[in-house]
Amino acid sequence: MTVETIPEEPGGVQGRRPVGGEAVSPDTGRLRPPAWLGRRRRHPAVSLAVRLSVPLALLAAWWWGSATGRIPPDVLTGPGAVLSAFKELVSTGQLADYVLASARRTGLGVLLGCGAGLLLGVAAGLSALGEELIDPTLQMKRAVPFLALVPLFISWFGVGETFKVVLIAVAASAPMYAYTYLGVRGVDRKVVEAARGFGLHGPRLAASVVIPSALPSVLMALRISLSVSLTGLIAAEQLGATEGIGYLVTLAQQYYRNDYMVLCILIYALLGLLIDLVIRGAERLAAPWRGQVAVR
Amino acid sequence: MSGPGEVAVRVRGLTKRFGAATVLDGIDLDVRRGEFVALLGPSGTGKTTLLRLLAGLERPDAGTVLTAPRVTTVYQEPRLVVAKRVLANVTLGLPRSAREQGRRALAEVGLAGRERDWPATLSGGEAQRVALARALVRDLDVLLLDEPFAALDALTRLQAQDLVAELCARHRPAVVLVTHDVDEAVRLADRVAVLRDGAFAVDRAIDLPRPRDALSGAADPAVQEHRRELLTHLGVALSSP
Repeated sequence: MTVETIPEEPGGVQGRRPVGGEAVSPDTGRLRPPAWLGRRRRHPAVSLAVRLSVPLALLAAWWWGSATGRIPPDVLTGPGAVLSAFKELVSTGQLADYVLASARRTGLGVLLGCGAGLLLGVAAGLSALGEELIDPTLQMKRAVPFLALVPLFISWFGVGETFKVVLIAVAASAPMYAYTYLGVRGVDRKVVEAARGFGLHGPRLAASVVIPSALPSVLMALRISLSVSLTGLIAAEQLGATEGIGYLVTLAQQYYRNDYMVLCILIYALLGLLIDLVIRGAERLAAPWRGQVAVR
Repeated sequence: MSGPGEVAVRVRGLTKRFGAATVLDGIDLDVRRGEFVALLGPSGTGKTTLLRLLAGLERPDAGTVLTAPRVTTVYQEPRLVVAKRVLANVTLGLPRSAREQGRRALAEVGLAGRERDWPATLSGGEAQRVALARALVRDLDVLLLDEPFAALDALTRLQAQDLVAELCARHRPAVVLVTHDVDEAVRLADRVAVLRDGAFAVDRAIDLPRPRDALSGAADPAVQEHRRELLTHLGVALSSP
């Protein structure tokens, strides 16, 4: 990180200041400090406040609208009702059970889907044969919305756990494959050529040079895969589930419980935020060579 | 200095074409272990192509290329893996047991204590020295140098040249250096070959004593004679001294 430096010249006759720019002597009357083209730095606290301002304003508007009756409760329940629904579900232990059940499904599905996507993406990005074998099929598969596969999967797997995990895995694999493939293609060919010269081939080349170099792309892929897997989760849990967040959504719909509906949306939002934070943390840990290059 | 060892590079009748252009036209070349050969030539004369053929990165259209089994290339760019620390870059592709050797190689290039640095934090000269350490940590028969000093500033370049001369004298591989710098070639090589129109225009032994000092070399009449001769073959018209 460079910091604005103040040039100090011996003698001080032509000394100029970094800011302000008043003429010091008659000789330098026409001289000005260079216009600052560097990055403008902002205080982290200001940045954080600006980031939080819009969500907080929305929350405040919701609160105010519900309290004054401008938002009818059957359109959008007030925060208080949502909070009490939350408390109720926590006290019965249902919420913890549901979140856990959903997390288990998502975790397993993401693990399988991302693993497959990563493997295929590296293979297609690294070798011409892999690209020819894998890419056309997966591009076609990518064109099919995974929700279109729901009826087929139900006829294959029923509506049990297998169906749910497979659906989430299929949803998560697509972005993982696409971004890993791009990331691997973007690894400096010259470095790969040099590594081959040092006797690295196939899986060893992938593990020790290609995947580490493509890690920023892989982590971005993971972030997108996780958010897509939440969509998969909703779809999967609306059929044949007795627990899970998606099941709660279905219940809310059946009994027309607006407070549950809003609560579920908030839980999904929170999960999304949590995923984002975790991946950002992982980026810092897993790609330390980027050092001061801020991950934003 | 001991005499040259067994032949480590043998090239016979090597021809390489790119489309209609014949870049190399029936080249013969032998390089022995411990011998330092510099390839000079105007740009586009196939110096780098010859090196890539030796490295197995291109296929010949005709003729044979034979090399001893352990060949390593240092390129113009350091080509380090940015996601690996310096020591891991040096021991790339080697078992974990090679870490101690890697440390020694880093010390040899003057980077002891920098094992855990990231490549992005190195200067251009330091990164190139890591690339050299990465080549030297392997038991190698043939060292191919593709303009490894071209991207360095003048001062760093002189230091890096000294380092390469010293390391090659110690490890004694067969060395093929591609360069466009006559002074560099005369300073480092036992033999200088000039490539022109797809063939060697000259293949000249540089029998100057070592170590060769950049400063006194500039005033040495023998160095000047080699320089003048090579520049003439490169097509540079010189005014009389």
